[in-house]
Amino acid sequence: MSGEFNNKTIKWVDDRLPIFTMLKHSAVDYPTPKNLSYWWNFGSLAGFVLVIMILSGIFLAMNYTANTSMAFESVERIMRDVNYGWLLRYLHANGGSMFFIVVYIHMFRGMYYGSYKGPRELLWWLGLLIMVAMMATAFMGYVLPWGQMSFWGATVITNLFSAIPLVGDYIVTWLWGGFSVDNPTLNRFFALHYLLPFVLFALVFLHLVALHAVKSNNPLGIDPKGPQDTIPFHPYFTIKDLYGMGVFMMVYLAFVFWAPDFFGEPDNYIPANPMVTPAHIVPEWYFLPFYAILRAVPDKLGGVIMMFGSIIVLFFLPWLDTSKVKSGRFRPLYKQFFWLFVIDCLVLGYIGAKPAEGAYVLIGQIATAYYFFHFLVLLPLIGKIEKTKPLPHSISAPVLKGGGIPAGATAKPMEKA
Amino acid sequence: MAEAATHAAGQGETRRDFLLYATTAVGTVGTALALWPFVHSMNPAADVLALSSTEVDLAPIAEGQSVTVTWRGKPVFIRHRTKEEIEKARSVQDSALPDPQKDEDRVKKPEWLVMIGVCTHLGCVPLGQKASDPKGEFEGWFCPCHGSHYDTSGRIRKGPAPTNLPVPEYAFLTDTTIKIG
Repeated sequence: MSGEFNNKTIKWVDDRLPIFTMLKHSAVDYPTPKNLSYWWNFGSLAGFVLVIMILSGIFLAMNYTANTSMAFESVERIMRDVNYGWLLRYLHANGGSMFFIVVYIHMFRGMYYGSYKGPRELLWWLGLLIMVAMMATAFMGYVLPWGQMSFWGATVITNLFSAIPLVGDYIVTWLWGGFSVDNPTLNRFFALHYLLPFVLFALVFLHLVALHAVKSNNPLGIDPKGPQDTIPFHPYFTIKDLYGMGVFMMVYLAFVFWAPDFFGEPDNYIPANPMVTPAHIVPEWYFLPFYAILRAVPDKLGGVIMMFGSIIVLFFLPWLDTSKVKSGRFRPLYKQFFWLFVIDCLVLGYIGAKPAEGAYVLIGQIATAYYFFHFLVLLPLIGKIEKTKPLPHSISAPVLKGGGIPAGATAKPMEKA
Repeated sequence: MAEAATHAAGQGETRRDFLLYATTAVGTVGTALALWPFVHSMNPAADVLALSSTEVDLAPIAEGQSVTVTWRGKPVFIRHRTKEEIEKARSVQDSALPDPQKDEDRVKKPEWLVMIGVCTHLGCVPLGQKASDPKGEFEGWFCPCHGSHYDTSGRIRKGPAPTNLPVPEYAFLTDTTIKIG
């Protein structure tokens, strides 16, 4: 196997520990459908953001103090006194928002092109677990600066568990390590906020193992018929991913340098005060659609069930969508409802940011109902009644004149470049 | 199918199976028990439990005034209620209450209302302690987070909160001093 390596040192290492073979197999030779669009950039982009987050986070932790009497000031010290502390913190805070933007686009792409359909069900599940771990990590990270939004966000979210019948209050006391969000809570949140990114890293690794077992989906949603339909990952997609990263960095750093508090809440620059709730509590933007679903139900337990249900329903997506065709490109009906669903999520996000009163309540309830209607009624139904467009014979077919099978392609596949 | 295999192979296999099951069971139960210290370490520690009572002097609180004190890291509302407020709280029909409770059962002395100022929905501190605060539709307290309205007895009347504001354990040490907890 390691006969492929000319360098003697690499060969020596690889014979004993085949890391170079693994790397070559999964990042160089990995046969990638040659028709991937820019929507396929967001997976590697998410991995890139995770690395930025872990790096900036480790250096922030070197200057942060997880104690209620010192946390807020230690963050201000990072901002004012620590060399480049402001840069580390703004990279980390805005990186969190970027992470969710990238991951949400990655998920919507998967939904449009049916990337969750067999045999990629577990790939989709691992992605969802990554999302859930991200949400927990982001929530606990937001508590650490110990501002007003940190404190009250932590109070509201941990109180969600008090809705559980019988044991709810015990669970909340256990989560807090006391009778309110306090020093023990801050300490454990810091410990877990440091731990979870490494769990995330492991999940991302499994996500990639699953991806490389079932191979990438593509905009046509059909399997490559042979080597003529794929190109090696390197250099074709390494360079395309790098280009995407460059564009992404321009957007990300524009926020870091020119609007670093764009995604933040002014109230979080007020130290936490357990006696005063801010007039208008809002979670970070990436939780707003789920927050809107929570508030749409006028019953406490009901709201909590709906909120968790809105994530759990995603796990059933591979079976709720009954269509045999993967890509939305060939599903005229689904395509329209997909965009309606995207709009619905944006409406939920908007409602989540508004106070729970007047017309906002009603709009929130309609948008919540539609969210579940999309998954539980529309998706099973559309798959049954939709007349899909004919699929091309192969990935190469649509780009070749006449749209047919390239001459001799089936008989004698092209040699891989 | 395991049974079929053991019967085919004779008596010795059954005894071996028993040992395997017993070992697995003991190992599983043992591991589960060993987890408890880790789980329990996250529950309130002894020092947190020790800080569990607060004494309050009521003498400086005039009629129609409220104060907020801290007990176990939570705000406790103490209100010196006016005659009208008491009357209002006592004239309500049970059917108008999502969590029916008599005002008489929520106070030790009618003019002193003592309760934990934490909304039973998701833990925000309701407004209504200051004269300038919005007090909601029932002239008691109003939670700004998700719009729960409480009446002059701290009972939930409207909004997502499931229960009344809880009354902590407290006792009158003298006519004008209470001990909470």
